[in-house]
Amino acid sequence: MNSNVNMSNQEYSDFVDTKAKKSNLGKNILLAFVVGGIICSIGQIISDIAMNYGVAKQDATCITTIVLIFLGAFLTALNLYAKIGKFAGAGSIVPITGFSNSIVAPAIEFKTEGYILGLGANMFKVAGPVLVYGITTSVIVGFVYWLIKLFI
Amino acid sequence: MKIGKQSIKLENTPKLLNTSSIVGPKEMQGPLAMYFEAHTDDIFFGEKSFEKAESKLMKTCINNLLGKVPTDNANIDYIFAGDLLNQCISSGYCIRDLNIPFFGLYGACSTFCESLMLASLFIDAGYATKTVAATSSHFCSAERQFRMPLEHGNQMSTTAQCTVTGSGAAIVVPKDISIQSPYITHVTPGKIVDMGIKDIANMGAAMAPAAFNTIATHLTDTGRRSDYYDAIITGDLGTLGSEVLVDLFSKEGVDISTNHYDCGAMIYDLENQDVKCGGSGCGCMASVFSSYFYEQLKTKKMNRVLIVATGALMSPLACQQGETIPSIAHAVAIENEV
Repeated sequence: MNSNVNMSNQEYSDFVDTKAKKSNLGKNILLAFVVGGIICSIGQIISDIAMNYGVAKQDATCITTIVLIFLGAFLTALNLYAKIGKFAGAGSIVPITGFSNSIVAPAIEFKTEGYILGLGANMFKVAGPVLVYGITTSVIVGFVYWLIKLFI
Repeated sequence: MKIGKQSIKLENTPKLLNTSSIVGPKEMQGPLAMYFEAHTDDIFFGEKSFEKAESKLMKTCINNLLGKVPTDNANIDYIFAGDLLNQCISSGYCIRDLNIPFFGLYGACSTFCESLMLASLFIDAGYATKTVAATSSHFCSAERQFRMPLEHGNQMSTTAQCTVTGSGAAIVVPKDISIQSPYITHVTPGKIVDMGIKDIANMGAAMAPAAFNTIATHLTDTGRRSDYYDAIITGDLGTLGSEVLVDLFSKEGVDISTNHYDCGAMIYDLENQDVKCGGSGCGCMASVFSSYFYEQLKTKKMNRVLIVATGALMSPLACQQGETIPSIAHAVAIENEV
């Protein structure tokens, strides 16, 4: 019997692809849309309540962000956010609660290695790239905006 | 004696005297729960970290094993053990307290067969009279090392597998010990096979060609047909990898669909436990073979089995550097009669 697989790597990869179960794209998109939408609506409600109490719009946005980050962190600590994430996918990863989750999750996980080299060093393991490229992009966009304003 | 291309016939046919298994809570919800010898409901197993818990799993398993045979630690000549964690810390810290000469092995999820193979070869060659082979894995310590933090809210890929929390251990002795036990008759150490799969969430597909290579070589070397064995048991190919393996054999005109079993596909309830393609890890074959299949051999429901543990020899670092997944499989033939 021939003991080597009689296929090129590409052929094998294509062969495996025909066998792999596809994820249910329609269901995933719908769940992400609904859950993401619910999280955004909660944010809107917080913002509206704040403004209802006479808080200025900019401050209300700030309060909303703080409350949502807290909720994300709190649900992560209760191990509920991971369950929501399993269900909602991008719907709970993309909003700011997901960002909070991506920082709190490694913080919990690496606490066993101590507060400095464990928690401190690993807290931004997941969120780090978002911060690096998010901040860089915002600086570049800000600079371009400033340049355009000079001439218009 | 070496036979064929890469197999070894164990002329003194060492005996697999006994085995022991232990698993975590999730495995106890699976269909094989009644076969496991010990279990813990606490994922931390009373320890402060997952790594310590894994080490304790292996230690409990080895202690249970030694409790079942008429011997004590001092009489074990060598222990062959390994796990998935960097520098094999589960094994190292477990065996630190046992005072037994130790060979630390790494073959990823193929380690159980690798250690059993070496333990048997030592007995066969007459270098030892009692050797132990053990491996372990833990879902949480593996997730930490290979994937994302546990509390991170993400989705598993449909081709992913779930690392088994568990450990298995086996003791090998020369055949002149009078207690009736199955014999280890042949071993086939595997070659590294890499078919260019890069997706670390699809290890079944990466490892299936390695399993195919080792099984096909074993059958050619020993001159046996696949139906000689009551069961050809792979370690953790999962449902997708198993399907690929059966297909690769059918392309060669060999039907293994009726006697092929996969520990990864058996350990969980695939419908209800959200484990996608099944279980994986060093503890998968170790715990399933040491419980269910050893029981089948002992009760003579199966008389000839070929166990083939498969391992993906990658690391997250190598994958980030764009490397593909090199895979390996080792086979050990265990028979009730010689």
